[in-house]
Amino acid sequence: MSLGVVIPYWGQTIFRALGVAVAVLIPAGTAVYLYLFKMVSFMQSRLGPMEAGPYGSLQLFAEVGKFLQKEDLHPDNADRFIFKAAVFVVFLTVFLIYLAVPFGPFAVFADYSTGIFFAIAVSSVSVLGILMAGWSSANKYSLMGGLRAAGQLIAYELPLSLAVIGVVIQAGTLNMQGIVAAQVNGEIFGWGGIGFPYILTQFLAFVIFLIAAQAELTQTPFDMPIAESELVAGYMTEYSGFRFLLFFIAEFASAGAFAALAATLYLGGWALPGVSLDASWMNVVGPLVLFTKMLIIMGLIFFVRFTYPRFREDQLQRFAWKYLIPIALVNIMVTACFKVAF
Amino acid sequence: MTTLTDRQQLAYIAGQAADARLNVELETEGMTLNIGPQHPATHGTLRIICRLDGEQVVWAEPSCGYMHRGYEKLTEVRTFPQVTTLINRIDWLGSFANEVPFILAAEKLMEIEATPRAQHIRTILFELSRIANITLFLGDMGVQLGAVTPVFYAFRDREYVLNLIESVTGGRFHPNYDRIGGLKDDLPKGFIDETKSVMKTVRAFCNEMEELLVGNEIFEARTRGIGVIPREIALQYGLSGANVRASGVDWDLRRDQSLPMAWNKVDWKVWTHPDGDSFARYWVRLQEVREATSIVEQLLDSLPAGPIMAKVPRIIKVPEGEAWVSTENPLGEMGYYVVSKGDTGPFRVKIRSASFNNISVTPWVLRGVYVPDVITILASLYFILGDIDR
Repeated sequence: MSLGVVIPYWGQTIFRALGVAVAVLIPAGTAVYLYLFKMVSFMQSRLGPMEAGPYGSLQLFAEVGKFLQKEDLHPDNADRFIFKAAVFVVFLTVFLIYLAVPFGPFAVFADYSTGIFFAIAVSSVSVLGILMAGWSSANKYSLMGGLRAAGQLIAYELPLSLAVIGVVIQAGTLNMQGIVAAQVNGEIFGWGGIGFPYILTQFLAFVIFLIAAQAELTQTPFDMPIAESELVAGYMTEYSGFRFLLFFIAEFASAGAFAALAATLYLGGWALPGVSLDASWMNVVGPLVLFTKMLIIMGLIFFVRFTYPRFREDQLQRFAWKYLIPIALVNIMVTACFKVAF
Repeated sequence: MTTLTDRQQLAYIAGQAADARLNVELETEGMTLNIGPQHPATHGTLRIICRLDGEQVVWAEPSCGYMHRGYEKLTEVRTFPQVTTLINRIDWLGSFANEVPFILAAEKLMEIEATPRAQHIRTILFELSRIANITLFLGDMGVQLGAVTPVFYAFRDREYVLNLIESVTGGRFHPNYDRIGGLKDDLPKGFIDETKSVMKTVRAFCNEMEELLVGNEIFEARTRGIGVIPREIALQYGLSGANVRASGVDWDLRRDQSLPMAWNKVDWKVWTHPDGDSFARYWVRLQEVREATSIVEQLLDSLPAGPIMAKVPRIIKVPEGEAWVSTENPLGEMGYYVVSKGDTGPFRVKIRSASFNNISVTPWVLRGVYVPDVITILASLYFILGDIDR
């Protein structure tokens, strides 16, 4: 780190751990208030929470307090250890994705040379947690929810990774800092004023990435694993109190994580146009820039969530295998051809 | 020909047995899933027992009676005017419509008829309760499909209709307003203008639903061709109301029956749909709300003057006899078979409620569909638990 002070290794570790916690919780909390409480309320011709704090901004703390007071129940027939561990597996996934996301020139938790590969790989660990939750709950609805989630997340892992490959081909690197740098240094028809965010060339991949992320996050129209009108609450049915709260936060935090990935891959990440990549003050401004981009993408995700009805399980699979994957493959081929030609 | 040694034969038999065991183990047995009595999709306490193979329903049966309140028996210890208090709790979303057929049956036995003004106001309130009932269905279908926003619009615009009903009857849900020979009160001041503007709001709501749900590709993918009930099956199971009209049967008791009500005095249309699937049931109900608004508007324009109560004795004693009257309620055909022994109260009342017959088709229509479609089909058949269990 080039902050001018020498921090011992253990200090850096604590600093990083706290940083990841902040990176996970702040976008999740903002999304819950901004989108789940307010945007949706305005869409549905109501005001949302108004009493706790100005415009209900402290409502989230009230909710967290409520969940913490509740009893940590588990069903009699549940496999108790797995039942209790499942939620942490899901929560861990979000932390792991954030590890690879750069927030500034030096503000990155772990600068892997294969960063995006790592992020996509760990994003599927949550399937394990969901399967564990669904199976160990000893509830038929939970089991169906868990199995649906497994089928869905595996099907949508493919278009998600394929959509990323186009960007990787263009940038020529798997490193996420490298991808940001490639976008800032790029030029549009010889004019480098605003950089060259990959949304311009990889728009198709961007759309596929968002659709697949919507499915990975199990948000409507792909929310069959939860499907509150069919499966009560899917794999979350038997959870209460603190553990339900963790599932709830993980849902929004992983929305934030996928939004951070999308912002870094397609919207230029933390960088500002016209600013040197090495400016050390970007370590402070960069996270805010990325945060703004994340909020825009999360807004899209939640706008779709509260607008559309839900697909059926087989329609969802057909959509992934028949449309998304072929289009993503075509996108990769075209990108590769252009890369070789120019 | 090769002969096998004993040892080889034993090994062969053991191999066969192992294969057989494996086959038995691989053959999975079905799962029985109880949808309800406590389940968000049954909006009440209906229980559907489904036997599943994977996510496919092999066999299904509705099990009702979790909310049985014994109204048929309770009517026997009430006087005729008191019965309306009970029966408007049958279909609690369109409660005024429940009172009308019973009062008509009592009037038929007493051989009196309500005044023309009372008949008009009855019909207006009947159609208003139809709107209050079906608008909620139009939004709720979205919730069952995962779109939560439409139901908030439904509740918002239904509120205006409930306010109208409250301004006339004093009760939003349980008006208890119909009397033998007429009505309790006349319309309040300003009701006509208010109602006309609310009818515009309701029509705007219908257009909104058409844009939000009917025109949505996912909605169509989830409802078109799902839960098809052919015309013959619909008739065999005694479906009624929009469910039977969605199967292509042109049958509406408001038009096909001559009752002392005002439907035959205005111009309206009975909508049918040939498909018989969930989409058709939604579409037919959407058109019905539009027709209901036009019926109300026309009736308001042609509202006759005069008293709202015919001449009836202070203590009502219904002469001995039996009468059957059924009307086209929001959920379908609802009828009362009233037996009187010349007393102040009925001797026996048989209630024919629409939802009870409408859900009887579920074992037929749910066979072979997927679990998500079970919810769609149940939602599109549109039952009210009070109307099933009474």
